[in-house]
Formats: sequence, structure tokens, C-alpha cells
Amino acid sequence: MSQDIWWASESFWRKNAIWITAGSFIVLIFLTFDTVDQITAGGKRVPAYSAINHRISYVFDEKRNFQVPVIGVEEPLFGKKLTEQEAAALVSHGKLTTQAKNCMNCHTLLGNGAYYAPDLTKSWLDPSWGSKEVREQQMVEFLMNPQDRLHNGLGRRMPNLGITEPEARATVAFLKWMSSIDTNGFPANFKPIDQEN
Amino acid sequence: MTALGKLDRANLNGGQKLAVKYFTVAIALFGAQILFGLLAGLQYLYPDFLFGILDFSVNRMVHINAMVVWLLFGFLGSVYWLLEDESGVPVVGLGLGNLAFWIFTLAVVVVVLVYLLVQTGVGEQSSIWLINEGREYIEAPRWADIGIVVCVLVFFYNAAATFAKGRYTGIGGVLVLDLIALAGIYLAGMYYTPNISMDQHWWWWVIHLWVEATWEVLVGCLMAYGLIKTLGVRRKIVETWLYIEVALMFGSGILGLGHHYFWIGTPEYWFTIGGFFSALEPIPLVAMVVHAVFDAGHHKLKSTNNPALAWIIAQAFGNFFGAGVWGFMHTLPQINLYTHGTQWTASHGHFAFFGAYVTMVIAYFYLAIQKWRGGVYMSGNLIGAWKWKWALALLHIGMLMMTMAMLISGYEQSQIERAIEGSSWVGYFTAQAHPWFVQGMQWRQIGGWIFAAGFVLLAWDLMTIGRKETRPVRSLTE
Ligand code: HEC
Ligand code: HEM
Ligand code: HEM
Ligand SMILES: [Fe+2]
Repeated sequence: MSQDIWWASESFWRKNAIWITAGSFIVLIFLTFDTVDQITAGGKRVPAYSAINHRISYVFDEKRNFQVPVIGVEEPLFGKKLTEQEAAALVSHGKLTTQAKNCMNCHTLLGNGAYYAPDLTKSWLDPSWGSKEVREQQMVEFLMNPQDRLHNGLGRRMPNLGITEPEARATVAFLKWMSSIDTNGFPANFKPIDQEN
Repeated sequence: MTALGKLDRANLNGGQKLAVKYFTVAIALFGAQILFGLLAGLQYLYPDFLFGILDFSVNRMVHINAMVVWLLFGFLGSVYWLLEDESGVPVVGLGLGNLAFWIFTLAVVVVVLVYLLVQTGVGEQSSIWLINEGREYIEAPRWADIGIVVCVLVFFYNAAATFAKGRYTGIGGVLVLDLIALAGIYLAGMYYTPNISMDQHWWWWVIHLWVEATWEVLVGCLMAYGLIKTLGVRRKIVETWLYIEVALMFGSGILGLGHHYFWIGTPEYWFTIGGFFSALEPIPLVAMVVHAVFDAGHHKLKSTNNPALAWIIAQAFGNFFGAGVWGFMHTLPQINLYTHGTQWTASHGHFAFFGAYVTMVIAYFYLAIQKWRGGVYMSGNLIGAWKWKWALALLHIGMLMMTMAMLISGYEQSQIERAIEGSSWVGYFTAQAHPWFVQGMQWRQIGGWIFAAGFVLLAWDLMTIGRKETRPVRSLTE
């Protein structure tokens, strides 16, 4: 065959394999530094955990041409304003609960996970919670006893996962905080619960 | 030497004796994967089925974890299979390798029992360490992660030390470098953060850089060795192709990671980088098809092991369609905004894992059983050849039916749930209740039963193929 032609030779491709791999990896490392910096909680894209002390909405941004989360007036979760540390601890407890109860093997979070149940990225803003006034309590009660609160015609229920009240409240904090992350417009066309009054 | 056609471990070299242990566990776990996939699929159709006993989340977790583990076992087995042959010397540290196999297997059994019996924990760190980590594909609790890393390090030592002592072929060199990356990347998945964006950022390092970079290169090595064995292709040719594949695969797949960084809080530049590089990812997969088909044609399909060759060719096409075409279809952000996290994703996930990885591991099962039976004839006019052919056909028909059904459900979902309804709770169920969606889930289940039938036939065939054969393996120089 044509093993003498330079572009079909083994050594040419061996060198290419090494350099292309090394080059791509180095570019990835540089981008990773920048990305990790930008997604550390407390930045513009991923807000500080104390965002749960505020109203979070999801509004259309003309310049970027998609919806973005906006952190608005003070509206503490469960009516109690938390320090940055308290907020971080609460969100972390909620995140641990989502991991220990395996939410991601039924739901998607930020669009990743399983497809058996609704995406939870904007669950905090979902109009089905009724009104802004009852939402927090509704969410806690739902998480603690979802098995007898069916909301769909398919009969597909969420099981009781043994979530305690403190765990449920922490999970709501986690969900509220997650809704403040700038996800470049995912989900698109989402119509949030009415929070004005 | 015992009679031809009889299973005898004396027919195997040291590495191969260990390989067949890995293969045996792999097949059992493949069966478990299918069983729990069927249960999860049934719950889409009958939501009360096993509700509160084995919930969807439990079945799904066992389904995908069994997959990851059996494919890893298949890969480890395949590397042990070719190790002594490639390097020219007995495996270095085989005793340790054997010990690692037993520890690994025991750990898997304990993890699965905990998944099934304990299922969930309290919202504390202890649950992540002891019960499950709740992160898709890498749910295994932290203690098991550490065990896995130790076992993989032993495996790596076996491979690297054996090649170093014997000879480093091109395949061996690529393999060892790839295994370093494969093991190193796993570490990115072993940490906790309350920040879900950061969590998913590193989670994708493990998932994407495994399946679209390091695993692809690993099966590239397995394909190279497989073509040498079954067709007698010249080493220089397969190794040149292997380097081409590595260059193209890593060149597109490493930065292609960006196609998972569109919507998780990561910056907007990933739209361009992720979209562009991941769109290139099908190219190496085309190269692999060309390579396999060209070699097979060049050797006029005269192989020493027809079932293995058939599965290798199936791999080339399955990889191209399942990963390349199905991946490309939703990889640009303009489309992914609507398909992200729908059955569309599941369609691609099934087709890609099956097409790229299941196929190659099955090819090695056939290589193994041939030698285990003393190097029996496995070419044309094989006794009972209908079994392997029908197993191959049923597994493909079942998988294609599942893939198409999920794709149609996924189309419907991206239109109705994502585009029109804006992904709300009500929007989700509006889409789930639509007849097109429901029919997709019904056909998925039918495809699943066909797939399961194919698996039963495959297992039966692997136990019996070549048993009554008296002809020896066909020589490559014929
Ligand atoms: C076994 C599957 C399963 C698991 C595990 C699960 N869920 Fe659900 N979840 C469901 C289903 C099904 C629904 C829809 C219920 C309905 O419509 O009646 C639901 C609904 C919800 C909703 C309301 C939907 C919305 O869009 O806001 C929230 C919030 C929620 N789950 C949170 C969680 C959290 C948090 C966890 C983990 C602690 C979790 N779920 C674990 C199946 C599950
Ligand atoms: C053998 C190789 C591959 C395998 C095994 C594979 C497997 C998977 C799996 C299982 C998922 C779902 C992950 C989850 O659970 O969230 C996924 C997602 C995805 N894959 Fe692949 N894949 C492969 C190759 C490719 C290629 C080559 C492309 C692009 C050209 C691609 C594009 C995508 C995209 C865009 C997603 C995200 C889907 C979403 O937004 O929900 N994949 N892949
Ligand atoms: C009997 C056959 C099978 C059935 C019925 C089945 C069913 C399922 C179901 C119901 C899910 C959950 C999807 C969801 O979250 O909505 C799933 C997920 C998955 N299955 Fe299967 N499965 C089968 C075989 C396989 C095989 C052979 C493979 C690959 C080798 C596979 C790989 C996967 C993957 C990767 C996921 C996660 C997909 C994602 O998150 O996008 N399955 N399967
Ligand atoms: Fe990917």
C-alpha cells in the first residue's frame, strides 16, 4: 500500500495524535479555570446562596434574546432572613437531601437526570404551586407527602421518600436557589408564577 | 490438551483465565441491566407497578449502574484477554489482578444490595458515603468509589508493567496512555459541592470524557486487535488507523465536552466551542466504519471467527449511527435547547451505548469462547449458526425499535413540553399524556422484550457455540 506517502504514514499520525490530544487538553484546562471561576457561587452567573433572601424572577432580556433570572426585592424564604453562612448551610442540606433521595433518577435538574418527572430547574417558579403566598408551605407539604397529592391524569405519583420537615425546607431552599442560576435561557418560554403585588 | 470443543481453562493463558472471569460477571450484569430496564419501562405504562416497593428511581439506578459496571468488566476482561498476546510475556502481578477481581465483584454485589434494600438515606454526608451518591451513572457510594479506584489501579499496573516487561506495540502504547486518562477522570466525580452548576460541570468531565473520549479510544484498541485476530489485517495498517482515530477522536471529543455546558450555568462561549467541536465528533466514527469495512472487504470477509467479526462490523456501524448521527442530531445549541433532557436524549443514550460498547464487548465474548474451547472452527457453515445470527438480529431489532420509539416520543416532547408549554409542571404532563408520546413508550417496551429475547439467545449461544465442532479454527493463510 501507500505507506511511503507522508500523510498516510504511521509516524505522521502518531505525532498528530499526540500533539492534537495535548493541544486540546491544554485549551480545555485554560477554559476550565475560567469556567470554574465564573460558576463559583457568588458570581454573576451563579449567585450567592443568600439569593434565597430575595425574590427571584425569570424575565426576558432583549439584549441576550432569552429569559434570565433576576434577583429582586427582599423576600426571605419562610419569612426569615439568613446570613450568607446560614443560607449556604441550608442549601447544602437541601442538596444533600436531593442526592440521598435520588431525585435525579426521576427528575432532571438543569435538564440533566431522568425523564420520568418534571424538570426542577424552575420548580420554585412553577405556576402550579397556586399563589406566591402559599407556595413555600405547599412545597414543603408536597415533598413530605407526595404520594397522595396527584397532579396529573396519568396516575404517575411521586413516592414518599421519607423526607423530614427540616429536609423538606432545606430542599425548597435548594430549589429556590437553583432557580436563580443563569442557564442561558433554558428552559425557554417558561411562564413563571405571578409574584407581583 | 483436551478434545476440541470442550471448555478447558488449560486452553487459555494467564491473562485470559482472568478475562473469562470478568466476562462471566459481565454477562450476568448485562442480564440484570435488561431486567431493571424492563421494570422501569413498565412503570411508564403502569405507574402503580411496584410503586413504593421498587420505585422508578431505584430501577433506573440499578439499570444504568449495571450497564456501566458490566461494560467496564467487559473492557477489563478484553484487555486481560489480549495482554499476553500483545506484549509477548505473561501478565505481571496476575495474583494481585485476581484479588482485585474478587474485591471488585464483591463490592458490586454489596452496592446493588444496598440500592435495592436500603434505597435512600437521610440528607447527610453519611448517605453519600454509605448508600448512594445520587448522581446519575456514578451513584456508587464513596466507599465503593475508592474500592473501584484501587481495583482499576491494580488493573493499570498489570497492563503497564506487562507491556513494559514485554514489548510495547502501538496498540499497547495507546492503551496504557488511555487507561491513565480513564482512571484519572473518574476522580473528577468523587467530590461533593452544594453548588449544582459546579457539580454538573465536573460530573460531565467523567461522563463525557469517558464515553466520548477515553472509552472510544479503548474500543479503538480493541477493534484494532480484533481485526488482526479475525481477519489477519497487517499490524501497520490497523495501527496507522488507530492513530488517525485517536487524533480525530481526542481532537473533537475533548473540547466537544462543551455541548453539555450550554444550560448548566456555564458561560456562553461554550455555545460556540461545544457546538463546533462536538459537531466534528462523527468524523472519527466515519473513519472507523471505513477502516473496518475496508479491511473486511479486502480480506473478502474470510475470518477466523464469524460471530466476532460480525459484532465488530456491527460496532463500526452502531458507533457511527448511535453516537455519531444520533449525537449530531441534538448537539447544536439551537436544537439542544428544545431536546435537552427529553426522551430524545434517552434515544441517543441507548443507541450509542449499545452501538459503540455493547457490540465490542460481545465480539470479545466470542473471541474468548472460541479459544476456551481449544480454538474451534467458527467460520462459515458453523454448526448451529442460526443462534448467533438470530441473537444478533433480535438484539439489533429490539434496540432499533426502542431507539425509534423514544425518538418519536422525544420529538413530541420537545415540541409540546419544551417549545410550546415552556417546560412547566403542567407542560410536562401535557406532553406525557399525548398519544404520540404514549405510543412511543409502548413500542419502547415491545422493543425491550425483543431485546431481552435476543439476550437469552445470546447467552444460550455463548454456552453452546462450538461445542460439537470437530474442525479446528480456520487458518488465516488459507
Ligand atoms: C420515583 C420518582 C421520583 C423521585 C425519586 C422524586 N420525584 Fe419528585 N416527582 C415525581 C413525579 C412523578 C412527580 C409529578 C407528581 C404529580 O404530578 O402528581 C413529581 C413532582 C415533583 C415536584 C413538583 C413538580 C414541579 O415541576 O415543581 C417537585 C418539586 C419534586 N417532585 C421534587 C422532588 C425532589 C426534591 C425529589 C428528591 C428529594 C424528588 N422529587 C424525587 C417523581 C419522583
Ligand atoms: C459512544 C459514544 C457516546 C455515548 C455512549 C453517548 C451517550 C450519551 C448519554 C447516555 C447521554 C445522556 C446523558 C444523561 O443522562 O444526561 C448523552 C448525551 C448527549 N450526547 Fe452522547 N454519547 C456518545 C457520543 C456522542 C456524540 C459523538 C455526540 C455528538 C456528536 C453526542 C452528543 C450528545 C449530546 C448533545 C448530549 C446531551 C443531550 C441533552 O442535552 O440532554 N454524544 N450521550
Ligand atoms: C430491555 C431493554 C431496555 C429497556 C426496556 C430500557 C429502559 C430504560 C428506561 C425506562 C430508562 C429510563 C429513561 C428515563 O429516564 O426516562 C433507561 C435509561 C437508560 N438506559 Fe435503558 N433500557 C433497556 C436496555 C438498555 C441497554 C441495552 C442499554 C445500553 C447498553 C441501555 C442504556 C440506558 C441508558 C444509558 C439510560 C440513561 C439514558 C439517559 O439518561 O439519557 N438500556 N432505559
Ligand atoms: Fe457528550
